Amino acid sequence: MSGWLEGHPGLPRLLAGLENTGGGPMTLAEHSRVHGELPRRSASELIGAIERSGLRGRGGADFPTAQKLRTLAGAKRVSAVVVNGSETEPASGKDRLLLSRLPHLVLDGAMLAAQAVGAPEVIVQIGKSTLGSLQALEGALAVRPVDPVPVHLVAAPEGYVAGEESAVMHYLNDGRPLPTFVPPRPFQRGFRGRPTLIQNPETLAQVALVARFGERWYRELGTDADPGSALVTISGAVAAPGVYELAFGTPMTDLVEAAGGATEPMRALLVGGYFGTWVDAVQAMRLRLAREDLRSVGCSLGSGVLIVLGQSECGLHESARVIDYLARQSAHQCGPCTYGLRAIADSVGALAAGVAHERERDRVLRWVAEVRGRGACHHPDGAVRFVTSALAVFGKEIESHRRGRCGARPARLPIGGPTVRQTAVAARRQ
Amino acid sequence: MSARLRVNPIACEAHGLCAELLPELIRLDDWGYPIIDESEVPRELLGLAQRAVDVCPTLALLLDED
Repeated sequence: MSGWLEGHPGLPRLLAGLENTGGGPMTLAEHSRVHGELPRRSASELIGAIERSGLRGRGGADFPTAQKLRTLAGAKRVSAVVVNGSETEPASGKDRLLLSRLPHLVLDGAMLAAQAVGAPEVIVQIGKSTLGSLQALEGALAVRPVDPVPVHLVAAPEGYVAGEESAVMHYLNDGRPLPTFVPPRPFQRGFRGRPTLIQNPETLAQVALVARFGERWYRELGTDADPGSALVTISGAVAAPGVYELAFGTPMTDLVEAAGGATEPMRALLVGGYFGTWVDAVQAMRLRLAREDLRSVGCSLGSGVLIVLGQSECGLHESARVIDYLARQSAHQCGPCTYGLRAIADSVGALAAGVAHERERDRVLRWVAEVRGRGACHHPDGAVRFVTSALAVFGKEIESHRRGRCGARPARLPIGGPTVRQTAVAARRQ
Repeated sequence: MSARLRVNPIACEAHGLCAELLPELIRLDDWGYPIIDESEVPRELLGLAQRAVDVCPTLALLLDED
């Protein structure tokens, strides 16, 4: 294969040129100058390049993108490509950064995907409160030369589970942002009851780069198993919280440094957001941003969220607040999630408040094991994964809470709806 | 025929008839919702499994043939 443009050397890739946009969306002219014109690629050419690039979905499931594209390309009557820009994870900011500042990159990727799978339409779903994304997308669509397929923008409700892919389909089909019983999954029966490709905005932005620069360029960064770069939203006890683009394989210590460094000695890191896993800081600092490293301590990058907890903060209190939030965010459709998460949240709250016996922890662990895997969607699974790691990392502190000896500062992790974080551009170059 | 039980957790309303009929494969959690053994249903229990499916008031219990 030939005809690849010359790609950006090192980092940034996705965020290239962002520092020159004056805080607003990148214009089409600037976008073309930074990345070059979007070349024409046949479906097989594009899917082949994506496959060899090793790109995986960035919405949290890590699914190989080429495999998804190939399945849809072989399906009959695909209804749409849905860009899932819901980003309902409160500690994540990367999708809003892409949609509000780099709309052309995401739209390029959506167009490529639509052509590859034969979709007659692109739908970009965003959260209702993300006006910056809406305006940037509207502005971008107004100036783009005629795209091969029409693009529709949909502003949807913003509950935590509303971004789950079956809930996105449900909202588009029936106006109800609630998960459904699967299968059928969207690739089988999604929008309008027909096969639908649903992708995270970052995944599509990466597709737009691979289509220009090719798989060999893509693999220049990262590791063999995890090639390329990723957007990571870093927050908590760091000097410069924000969205950073980093190469896979980057040591965790460098991730923290990229965000200005820790503002105090670190106690633990929450990897993967509120469906993610607490990792003790000492252990976390030995890891790299790579699936195999994260798997070795039972976690995954999820949608690219990293939260640093300082030693002056209390992991038990923070975790109690987050699990309470997750219990409230249940769609309340399935009994094990509705009642199980509520019970777990109440017990963890009691443990953190120091008003429960340590044996309460055993009850929580039993519920955790029983609730896992018993919802229509993965909301209860993610929530109990979070709780399990909280008890593993902060379990020793239960006794001191019971004796009233927790002197930590009040909790501050963002809960109760998306929090737009200060965004920063990746400073690290290879 | 080999088959496995599965529940639609959105449809399930914790009536609990399934666990009454088939305690070998179905027990109830603290809130009355079924915890189902999803391994292959033993041949001798297939009849009872089908009955549990048939009596579920919300049609939430499913017997999937492999």
